Amino acid sequence: MTVEPAEKLLAPVLSAFWDDPRSWTLETYRRHDGYQALSKAFAMAPDDVIAYVKDSGLRGRGGAGFPTGMKWQFIPQGDGKPHYLVVNADESEPGTCKDIPLLFANPHSLIEGMIIACYAIRSHHAFIYLRGETVPVLRRLHEAVREAYAAGYLGTNIQGSGFDLELTVHAGAGAYICGEETALLDSLEGRRGQPRLRPPFPAVEGLYACPTVVNNVESIASVPAILQRGKDWFKSMGSEKSPGFTLYSLSGHVARPGQYEGPLGITLRQLLDMGGGMRPGHRLKFWTPGGSSTPMFTDEHLDVPLDYEGVGAAGSMLGTKALQCFDETTCVVRAVTRWTEFYAHESCGKCTPCREGTYWLVQLLRDIEAGKGHISDLDKLNDIADNINGKSFCALGDGAAAPIFSSLKYFREEYEEHIERKGCPFDPARSTAWADKYRTEAHA
Amino acid sequence: MTDVSLGIPQMPAPDYPADVRARLESDAREVIARYPGSRSALLPLLHLVQSEDGHVTRTGIRFCAEMLGLTTAEVTAVSTFYTMYRRKPSGDYQVGVCTNTLCAVMGGDAIFDELKQHLGVGNDETTEDGKVTLEHIECNAACDFAPVVMVNWEFFDNQTPESARQLVDDLIAGREVRPTRGAPLCTYKETARILAGFPDTREGAVEASGGAGPASLAGLRLHRGEAPARVVGQRAESPTDTGDASVEDGE
Ligand SMILES: Cc1cc2nc3c(=O)[nH]c(=O)nc-3n(C[C@H](O)[C@H](O)[C@H](O)COP(=O)(O)O)c2cc1C
Ligand code: SF4
Ligand code: FES
Repeated sequence: MTVEPAEKLLAPVLSAFWDDPRSWTLETYRRHDGYQALSKAFAMAPDDVIAYVKDSGLRGRGGAGFPTGMKWQFIPQGDGKPHYLVVNADESEPGTCKDIPLLFANPHSLIEGMIIACYAIRSHHAFIYLRGETVPVLRRLHEAVREAYAAGYLGTNIQGSGFDLELTVHAGAGAYICGEETALLDSLEGRRGQPRLRPPFPAVEGLYACPTVVNNVESIASVPAILQRGKDWFKSMGSEKSPGFTLYSLSGHVARPGQYEGPLGITLRQLLDMGGGMRPGHRLKFWTPGGSSTPMFTDEHLDVPLDYEGVGAAGSMLGTKALQCFDETTCVVRAVTRWTEFYAHESCGKCTPCREGTYWLVQLLRDIEAGKGHISDLDKLNDIADNINGKSFCALGDGAAAPIFSSLKYFREEYEEHIERKGCPFDPARSTAWADKYRTEAHA
Repeated sequence: MTDVSLGIPQMPAPDYPADVRARLESDAREVIARYPGSRSALLPLLHLVQSEDGHVTRTGIRFCAEMLGLTTAEVTAVSTFYTMYRRKPSGDYQVGVCTNTLCAVMGGDAIFDELKQHLGVGNDETTEDGKVTLEHIECNAACDFAPVVMVNWEFFDNQTPESARQLVDDLIAGREVRPTRGAPLCTYKETARILAGFPDTREGAVEASGGAGPASLAGLRLHRGEAPARVVGQRAESPTDTGDASVEDGE
């Protein structure tokens, strides 16, 4: 235990009333200052709202960390074309599990943020592209949108402001690549979800070839709090370049997995301290800072500040802050093989390096895991990953290379061991959530 | 499609019976009206035809094409891209076991093996009674509730082989099954209708299972100085309950 209780570092904002028995309702949201930021926004000129969000330093929470206000500013104004806001709620990056609980427990924070964003960029039709595999969330979004229309937060002349907005909830149909923003737009236009060539960027030619902002759920849901409590409050958290609060998602072999909302720059050590550490009797072996597409870390990286610069300087990416923690019972080759199978399955097939490369990575990895690999396969893995990374049409390819490079960097001996022993040295039963429970029972 | 084409052109698909067609057309118009461009309605319309047929049939493809002024080839190209569109008849309950890395390691692989054996079916196969289609699925944004099983896309969190076996037995026996997060189960076709954009009108469906799940509240509870929520064994019948691990500090 640290001297200052680690949990004092937490700062629940979006999650502040998730334990309210009816947290998802308009009534609860209003009781927690909901829709007050909207009145503030309507009292400002749209350009001033953009400038305010830009000054707050809010950066995109969908993975790349692009400044949100700047993205809004790129929308050409006075161009006579319709503008669109599309919220990316496709959340499918392995390990990522923040937007779905956020939408389940507090959908109105997103809706209020969307109205503010649309007012700022002068959009009158907004979309939420929700991955289809989460029907409980879809239900609550349908209901929240219905409530918002009924209360006059959506529709025509919202709250007497003269501003009109239609909001459409759109359920996807199962494809990780549709989280990539240009593939998402193709999918929303009723096509196969394949990435588009950029430029033109969505800000110029997005949905229906009109100026479009694509933002992550958490990015947009953070906007009302920034307007309501002020940009200085927001900047009082985190660092100069990574200001504000965010949702960290702790999963895997930790004593207490879950959502931990706090200032950017917290370390995994601090999060584990408050989360009760790894499960009893085990130690951290490897972890991802932001989903499977971000290069993995080890216990050497426990003190890396989890913000955009800190994680970048340590050789990975903050990504979606999906902290998947694996203990010493876990086979790294098994983990990487499974992730690579995922990338091969989800590769949209548009470009050769990713389509072919992920296929061959899977073949090599399966052989190694099954004890049929050769030492020369390790260089081959590296080579193939090198031919995908930076040479693919979209970032899915780079993401597929990340677990390969990073696991070979930190755990090459474990690959070699599979090859030399002609098999996997790990017992998967020991990694399961119930492994220790049964063992203790047997000895009780 | 899985069948090998022998180069013989297929006959055009039959249309829906007139009454079904009329009902679906009225639904389809409502969906199309939500979008500035009609083609955007294609994904919801494919969900809609699944709500009628349980999978994407040739009749369903023809219907989508006619509603949107597309060719059946264009519709087929889209429907085969997305994993949620089924290509063959399947069960009332789709049981999806997450076997992406984190869930797999935490026990998803063991759960999937157990269910394959218990049900006597492989991946993407349906039990003989037509009740359950077993599938392994990718990360479903619930890793803090691992291992996760989805039934008709409702969350069954923190599963074990025993709880998952009980779950499918209950489904097959027709007993009421409640997800840990989500509403009491409806059939696959009813789920597909919600996905097409038609709200679930069942009494209590939206509020079912309460606010956030326990893991979602981990940080909030800690910040408040409250006792941590139990992380395992939320299903009433679930045999496991690790209770409170908060006193241990593994670091
Ligand atoms: C393969 C792939 C999958 C992605 N999936 C998501 C996703 O599910 N949700 C998301 O917000 N961003 C996802 N992104 C990032 C988006 O392309 C985009 O950067 C993001 O939605 C922008 O929002 P932000 O600026 O608010 O972060 C993905 C990117 C790639 C390459
Ligand atoms: S990198 Fe992969 S997912 Fe991206 S365009 Fe190429 S094939 Fe498609
Ligand atoms: S890995 Fe199973 S829900 Fe994320």
